[in-house]
Amino acid sequence: MRKLGAETKTARYAMLIDLDRCNGCGACMVACAVENNVPPPQASATPRTGLNWLRVFRLKTGGRDAFIPVMCMQCEDETPCQSVCPQKAVEFDPVTGIVGQIPERCLGCRYCMAACPYQARVFNWRDPQWPAGMEKALNPRVSVRQRGTVEKCNFCHGRWQAALEKAAHDGEEGPVHYTPACAEACPAQAIRFGDLNDEEFAAACHEQGVFRLLDTLGTGPKVFYRTSRAEVREATRGFGEVRRG
Amino acid sequence: MVERLDEAWIARGVRRAPFGRFLLWAAPWAALLALGAYAIFLCLRGGLFHTNMDNRYVFGLWIFLDLAVIALGAGAFFTGFLLYVLKKTELKAVINSAVVIGLVCYSGAVLILAVDVGQPLRAWFTFYHPNVHSMLTEVTFCITCYLTVLLIEYVPIFLKNRRLKWKPSMLVFEYNLHKVMVVFALIGTLLSFFHQGSLGGLFGVLRGRPFAFREGFLIWPSTFFLFVLSAMAVGPSFVALTTWLAEKATRRRLVKDEVYQTLGRISGKLLLAYVFFKCLDTMLWINQTAPERGFPAHRFYEYGGAFGTWILFTEIALLGLIPALLLLKPEWRARRGLLITGAAMACLGVTLNRFVFTIQTLALPTMPFDRLLLYWPSWQEFAAFGFVVAYGMLVYSFSYRYLTLFPQERELAMTEARR
Repeated sequence: MRKLGAETKTARYAMLIDLDRCNGCGACMVACAVENNVPPPQASATPRTGLNWLRVFRLKTGGRDAFIPVMCMQCEDETPCQSVCPQKAVEFDPVTGIVGQIPERCLGCRYCMAACPYQARVFNWRDPQWPAGMEKALNPRVSVRQRGTVEKCNFCHGRWQAALEKAAHDGEEGPVHYTPACAEACPAQAIRFGDLNDEEFAAACHEQGVFRLLDTLGTGPKVFYRTSRAEVREATRGFGEVRRG
Repeated sequence: MVERLDEAWIARGVRRAPFGRFLLWAAPWAALLALGAYAIFLCLRGGLFHTNMDNRYVFGLWIFLDLAVIALGAGAFFTGFLLYVLKKTELKAVINSAVVIGLVCYSGAVLILAVDVGQPLRAWFTFYHPNVHSMLTEVTFCITCYLTVLLIEYVPIFLKNRRLKWKPSMLVFEYNLHKVMVVFALIGTLLSFFHQGSLGGLFGVLRGRPFAFREGFLIWPSTFFLFVLSAMAVGPSFVALTTWLAEKATRRRLVKDEVYQTLGRISGKLLLAYVFFKCLDTMLWINQTAPERGFPAHRFYEYGGAFGTWILFTEIALLGLIPALLLLKPEWRARRGLLITGAAMACLGVTLNRFVFTIQTLALPTMPFDRLLLYWPSWQEFAAFGFVVAYGMLVYSFSYRYLTLFPQERELAMTEARR
């Protein structure tokens, strides 16, 4: 099946999320936080100052509510956050198609957050803290971020690195296969992770009923959503619920 | 005795308030400075959770006011350009004051930026790992360089202090520096042109934020040019306004009427041009840029309240067109009250424009299931900004007292005395 990837040795990792399967349990959020050493919220943190690389929003459709997990869309065509960073702390990796964040280089100016239409980036407003003993369970493959820096989903870069090392050890060539924590943890198997150079996966991402958030902005997001419910698709069009009164 | 403590430092031929009264004037500003310093200390030590900014409102009061004071501080570069390059010699009467205002605005803005970023000690990374595609890189480079130029421009003003200028080396240095000031005026103009523009570009390039995004020319969105033009338009207005305020505070005439007239006329012409181009840009944005990106412009104003269409009307018509007409019509401009009203309205208009681009852009939702969110700054944010205001007032007050900010003051005082 694999065609382009084998030739170019590069990947275009993407996600296809089945909204008909997602029941909003939040297991993906927990798995993401554990995998990526995202500290638990401190007592005074609010939903607007907390650290979440992945958030599950509730979609009011008029009928049965739907849930939509939103993380960094790994924009491809004109990555809005990458071009604005003044000191190259945001990088687009042409080998994986993943938009990476380098916290060690981040100034904390938050311009990238203003640039992101998905509000997928979060800022460390405080020093990260873990309850006593919990720091021993940190993932050694993922660095802990400092206060005053921006962070975001990177499709579990630590897992990709591990897969890359394993592939090198096994003498394999071409893009590596791995699964991000959210996709692995989803009990409903609503999140499918793959490579857009893989014809079968690419075809699944372009089936009827598949859409991308804010597609019209032309940023080329690589997170696709699928639903058979027309009202759910309708609820994801336009922008901003207008609350009057 | 205390009243005459600093007499030897005050220029001959001008009158200044007794030293004790000056200290009384400075005391509240010093208190505000101390409160602001405490708030800044909290933010630097504990982190930015002391502010009310959040993952949505990533820019708050500080960035909005930074943009506003930098626009208003444009009087420094533009007055220098008018005086040294276009030879508007009557503006020599306010150039020193304009330089001090510029210095205060820019240094204050840089100071508050250092508090606003999460990792201020990494600021030098921008120079070491510059992303040449980022407008913020250009802003950082140009503002840093221009602040240096302003400091250099401030040196001859400082060296003209009565006590200092009697030292021959200081006088020679000041004289030579003054001779090359035209070069610094040109460098300042060039740097200012780019960073004023890049501040507009910061928002115009946000393709993920259709409310702010604008098409443009080559790599520059239209906001780049609009920010330059608006800063040039209000710079002279702000110089006129501050001069008038200084006259009211000191109860003395500091400049001749022709200076106000020149500043008002230039400001009015540029403001009218700005309003014209702003209207064109808004029409283009409403009819083309926003709809093409899937965001019909009228939706941005459907939330009403703080961000209804009134804000667009106020910015362009009420605080753009009206002050432009007040400043342009010679009969109206000749009346000091109307001229100052026009100048103040122009300054408010540009401040509102910066508010729209920073705060309204971030308040508006982009995602379908998101909604309008509001933000109110914390006391630390207000206090830190108060620090900058107090710092500005103190620098300006000390400069006015001990340096010659208004060269015509002495002549005007003598004329008054003869009467």
